[in-house]
Order: sequence, then C-alpha cells, then structure tokens
Amino acid sequence: MAKRIGIEVSIALAEAVKLANVDVIAAYPITPQTHIVEHLSEVVADGEVDAEFVPVESEHGAMSCCCGSSAAGARTFTSTSSQGLLLMSEILFIPGPMRLPIVMAVVDRALSAPISIWNDHQDIMSQRDVGWIQTFAENGQEAFDLTLHAFRVAEDRRVSLPMMVNIDGFTLSHVVEAVELLSQEDVDQYLPPFKPRYRLDPRKPITMGPVGIPEVYSEAKVAHNEALKASKKVILQGWKEFADLFGRQYNPVETYRSEDAEVLLVTMGSISETAMTAVDTMREKGQKAGLVRIRLWRPFPGPEFRKAAGKAKVLAVVDRCLPPGATCGPVGAELRSLFYKVPGSPKIFNFIAGLGGRDVTVEWFEEMVEKATAFAKKRPKELYEVIGVREK
Amino acid sequence: MANTDAIVGWKTITFGCHVMEPGSSAKFRTGDWRSQRPVIDNEKCIKCGMCWIYCPDMAIIQAEDGFFDVDLEYCKGCGICAHECPKDAITIIPEEG
Amino acid sequence: MISEFEKFKRFKAKNLPRKEMLAPGHRACQGCGEVLALRMAMKALGENVIVCMATGCMEIITTPYPQTAWKVPWIHIAFENPASVASGIESALKVLRRKGKVSKKHIDVLAIGGDGSTSDIGIGWISGAFERGHDFTYICLDNEAYMNTGVQRSSCTPYGAMTTTSPPGEKSFGQVTWKKNVPGIAVAHNIPYVATASPAYFLDLMNKVKKAALVKGPAYVHIYSPCPTGWGSAPERSIEFAKLVVETRIFPLYEVIEGRYIMSRKITKPKPVEEYLKGQRRFRHLDKEHIDHIQQRVNADYEKLIRLSEMT
Repeated sequence: MAKRIGIEVSIALAEAVKLANVDVIAAYPITPQTHIVEHLSEVVADGEVDAEFVPVESEHGAMSCCCGSSAAGARTFTSTSSQGLLLMSEILFIPGPMRLPIVMAVVDRALSAPISIWNDHQDIMSQRDVGWIQTFAENGQEAFDLTLHAFRVAEDRRVSLPMMVNIDGFTLSHVVEAVELLSQEDVDQYLPPFKPRYRLDPRKPITMGPVGIPEVYSEAKVAHNEALKASKKVILQGWKEFADLFGRQYNPVETYRSEDAEVLLVTMGSISETAMTAVDTMREKGQKAGLVRIRLWRPFPGPEFRKAAGKAKVLAVVDRCLPPGATCGPVGAELRSLFYKVPGSPKIFNFIAGLGGRDVTVEWFEEMVEKATAFAKKRPKELYEVIGVREK
Repeated sequence: MANTDAIVGWKTITFGCHVMEPGSSAKFRTGDWRSQRPVIDNEKCIKCGMCWIYCPDMAIIQAEDGFFDVDLEYCKGCGICAHECPKDAITIIPEEG
Repeated sequence: MISEFEKFKRFKAKNLPRKEMLAPGHRACQGCGEVLALRMAMKALGENVIVCMATGCMEIITTPYPQTAWKVPWIHIAFENPASVASGIESALKVLRRKGKVSKKHIDVLAIGGDGSTSDIGIGWISGAFERGHDFTYICLDNEAYMNTGVQRSSCTPYGAMTTTSPPGEKSFGQVTWKKNVPGIAVAHNIPYVATASPAYFLDLMNKVKKAALVKGPAYVHIYSPCPTGWGSAPERSIEFAKLVVETRIFPLYEVIEGRYIMSRKITKPKPVEEYLKGQRRFRHLDKEHIDHIQQRVNADYEKLIRLSEMT
C-alpha cells in the first residue's frame, strides 16, 4: 500500500533504490550526496535489502567497482556529486559502449575552484557526453519515481545502458517534501528482475573491453550512439507503464501554460518550480509567458521539444552552468543547434543563472523574460547573459 | 594487428564490442613473424618438458609418444626453448626466405 | 595456519595441468617473459576464474578486436582499477549467490596489472580492495617499466636502469630511486597471503598462484617478468634472467602467510649482481660505483628479509 509521507528527498531516493532490490552499492561520500548513501548503508545493515554495500576508497573506485558488478550481472547503484563526478569521469565514458546498465543518482553541485558545496549544473553538464541516459528530477516525488524508472529502462534488454538521475544538491536533496512511497508489491509489479544479455561467467567465457582497432572503433562508437538514441522508445514505455500502474505520467519535456505563450522560459531541475511561480506572476500581470521543462536530457528529445515550443516566438533558455570561453551555455547551445535553420523557429536567448547555490528568484525569471522580449526586437551583442551577478 | 575479420558494420558489431569467441586469437598465425626456428633432436631429447613449459606462445606441443613438436603456425623463433634445453637437443636455424 | 592449504595438492612436474587457458596467436614480442608468466599462472588456476585486467602489454596483446587469446571470462575497464573491478565482481557474485540468482559454485576472481598499474597509478585502488578484504587475488606482472607505452620508468624500475624517462645523461645515471617494495605494502594491509615468483621457477610460481586463489580474502602475488624488448636483452635469455635475478638475490622468492615471512629459496651462494646486470642494455651505462651500490643494497635487503623470516 503506497503511503504519502513527509520525507527528506535524499532518503526518498535511497528508499527507491532499496525497493528496487539493488544488489550492489559501491559509493564514496561527498556533500550533498551523503544522506543517500548513509541511508542505504543503514537499510543494508538492518537487512531491509539484501545487498552488498562496498565502501570504496574513491569515486573513481566506485564507478570501477560498479562496472565489475554490472558485468557480473548484478543490479548496481552508486551516487555522487561535483568533484566526485569529475574524479570518476575517466570511467564514466566506459559503461555506455560496454552496455553496462549502472544506475547513478547525481546530486548536482558546483565545481571547484573556488570550492563550493552548493547547487548548480556544472558537474552534470561537464559530463553530458559520457553516453549515459540522463534525466532531471524537479521535486521529491520525481526523485523517487525517476530512480525506479532508471532501473526499469537501463536494464531493459533492448537498452542495457547506464543511466543517471539528477537531483539538485541541497535545494532538492536536503528538503523535506511530501512523497508517496510505493510499496514493495507496487515496485515488484513495475520492475522485473535484472536479466543481463551477457555476463562474466566461466560457463560462457567472453572478453569484455578489447582493443578497438581503427578498423572497428568508429563502428563501435556509432553502435553505442544509436543504442542511446533508440533507448528513447523504452524510456517512454517505462514512463507509460509507470503511469498505468501508479497514475503519474512523466514526459521527456513538460510544459506549463505554454499553449499561447509568446516567450517560453526553458529550465531543468528544481528551479522549474520557481519558474512556474514566475510564469503565474507574469500571467497575472498580463504577460504571455510560459515554461518548458526538460526532464530527459540525454538522449536529447528533439521532436518532443519542438512540439512543446509550439508557436512561441521566443525562448529564454536558463542554463545553470557557465562554460568558460564558450559561445553560450550547454542547454542554450543544444537548443540553438536543434532549431538551426528550421523554418518558424523561435528566437533563442540564453541566460546563465543560479551558479554555486545562488537562488534563482521569481524576479530574475521576470527579468529574463523581459530581456528576451526586448532582444527579440533588437539583437543583443552577446550570445548569452549572466543574470544576478554583481559587477561591483 | 590489422585483420579483415574486423570489417563489421555498426549494425553487426558485437554487443558492447565484446569478443564472444574464446581463444579466437588462434586464427592469427604469429609464425609469420619469425626469422629463425627451433629444430628438436629426439635422439638427445629426454622428454623433460622444459621447452614446452617455457614457450611464451604455447608453440611446443607434446605428441602422443611423449616427444615434442614445434607448432610452426605460432612459433615466433624467440629461442627460449633451445636456450633452456638441458640436453642441447634444440638447435635454432635461420628461417628460409 | 590457513586451512585451505591443508588439502592443497602441490603442482609437480609430473602432474602439471596440460590445458592452456590462453590461446596462441597473441601479439606478444618474441621471448616475452610476461606472457609466459601469465600463461603459467592461468594454467595453475584453470577455467573457473574471472579475470579483470589493467591496460597494459598483456591486455593489448591478448585482445585485439575481434580476437581474444582468453579462454576464460575476462574484462578490461581501465588502467588503474582492476582491483576495484574485481571488488565489484566479487561483491556481485556474493550477493547473487545469496539471492539464489547464480550457482553457489566458487569462482576465483583475479585482478591482474603491470608494475605501472600496480605500484603507481593503481596503488590506492589496490589498497582499498585489500582493506575491504574481498576474496580475490591480485597478480602484478612486473616487467619493471611502463613497457606498453614505450619503456617509461615506473616505481618498480630498478635502481640505475635506463628507461625513456630515466635516461642516463650528463646529469643523471638512470633511475635514481630504489624499486618500491610493493609486496611489503601488501603485507602492511594484513592480507592472509603475499608471495613473489619468477617464471624460471614455474612450479613455485604455479603453486603460489594456486595458493593465492585458494586463500579466503585478498592475496597478492608479485611476478618478475623479463622484457627483452624494454630491457635490451636477448629474447632467448628471458628465462635465464628470470633465474639470475633470484640467484643474485636481487628478486628473492618468498611467501608471507598471515604475516609470517617464509623464504621459498635461500640463496646461500649468491652470484654477483654484475652477472645479472650485464647482458641487459638498460644497465650497460652503469659504472663500478653504481654496481657496488646495487650489490650492497641487494645484500642489505636480502639480510632484512632473512631476519624477517626468522622473526615472524
């Protein structure tokens, strides 16, 4: 019987991992991921889930351990943030082409230097090319639901790819929200046991991770990319099954009051909820603002986004990452690329906000919409603008 | 290392780029590498097996009669077998051509 | 007292396993001592293993897609982490057995790395795996430099050796540091079994690898692996050097069983180190002063080892 309780979002996410009957958890602590792995340690220690908790010596060790575990056929989970994500970055590129369905919760946090424990998307954006399926949760319910969905999709034999679920550090991970925790029976209905296509087994010896000589490397990379693109079908199916069982429908891209919007804000993660409030505020003032929220980041849902953008003339894309020396932020670049020379496309303006835990306020969202509206009439000099940063 | 077995397409390449056939390196004849090869004199051979155990390429095979043959498909001509033979029963001769 | 060793039937020349767990056709250099050591180790273990390997010579020469020399399940992830990958496999098998998802039959989990992987880039990962006490065996195949990338120095490169990043010149004489004592690091982790081996003594090597796999918990075997290409030595002399290195006391053979040092072979009449050093181009530049220093240090290290074997 599902129960709706007030629970810290990290704990809710960890509960999802527990209910998924995870086999191996290999994790290293880093703020603000710690509550997830601490709770998992507890439930393992109490026998609430029969799993091996491997207290690895670094995040790189964690991801390496996860590769071994997944290759041996175990349902595998880890979690990290920021510097930890970077430290495991060498290995992050590997399970995708090797088709190892590891699930990871990334608790998004800013990157050094200077060191910051607070929330933004620099860490996850720096890893956008690792070849994992990547989704973003906006609230506690999503943190719980999307984690279950991740196991369902990653381990599906048609997919067999690693998958990341992102939750914003502190602003989401450490807040208490009302979350409906599904029961074990519910989860068992949704999530079948993990049956890998291939595993390390002396009865059927195979070699995993050979040398990709030039004659074959390109084909191997294209095969991985095609598998990642093709996974969208299963991602959608996984969400449909979830909705059929539990009544909550998730989509790659969500809209809010976008049908007749002239300017659309585009956000990812927990600031979307503030953006919704900002849209309401602007609508009350008579401004035709709307919101598009990206839930599926990789593989990027191009057709769904174009549909969501509808007839809007302007997109105010909010990035929470400032790539130094780049033409604009990563989401801005992705969308400009998506709409390049497509007739009837909206004008796209890019704003960088909310770095290192700086709150993105309703006022700043209003400012972004105002600026975007002005830019639509007179092109700005720069390809992006940083919002809410003092000059002096 | 190049070989035409690797001409696969992205649709036909093995899952995960795994190699599914164990021991398939046996298709590659490293015997082509050598410029010299061992010749075993069974008159002197005492069947001690040193040549067999010390061959890095598993290119010394024990026959049913207990004597040893050189597997010329794979022998790289390193000369360890001749060097280690306690009875000097193995000579290294240059490979013709 | 390790109970698993009580029933252990040692390998003898008469009962050596004939089955090869590695196929020929691998791309190792002529006279490669490392692939020979690997062949012997895998022969000792048979088919009931899972191998995690680090990037390096052995990984490259045994797995050029679409071919593999491996007849047992094998995985390569990266350079510094076979111990972590092995930890993951061992943990997975443990829980999958408990949950009844795989057979309860024991499988030996092996992590294999070269000296560069083991003593430099991967030392932290190995330390973690040892500390956590996973039931696995770590084999270091030590050819004393980063051979696969072109003979650069590692912390296992012997004193005075020429490598491409410790070349002798006007201002330097080659590798300036002494070989890192990796078996000692393993012993410091209080793991039940640590051993050194050389492919010249194949029975000793195979027995040690088998014992390492039998032991419950982490085990470490450090295997000296001659590299004619990197050392500038004649390919046919690889086994000869693997013998000389022991006979000169440079690479003593011993086991450390539950902290007790046991010499496998006491070298009472050692050959002078010079006999080992000459014939390898990597030592050709050394003068008498350096050779004497090496001789002194080798003697001192050997004495220390003897004292440890008497004390523990």
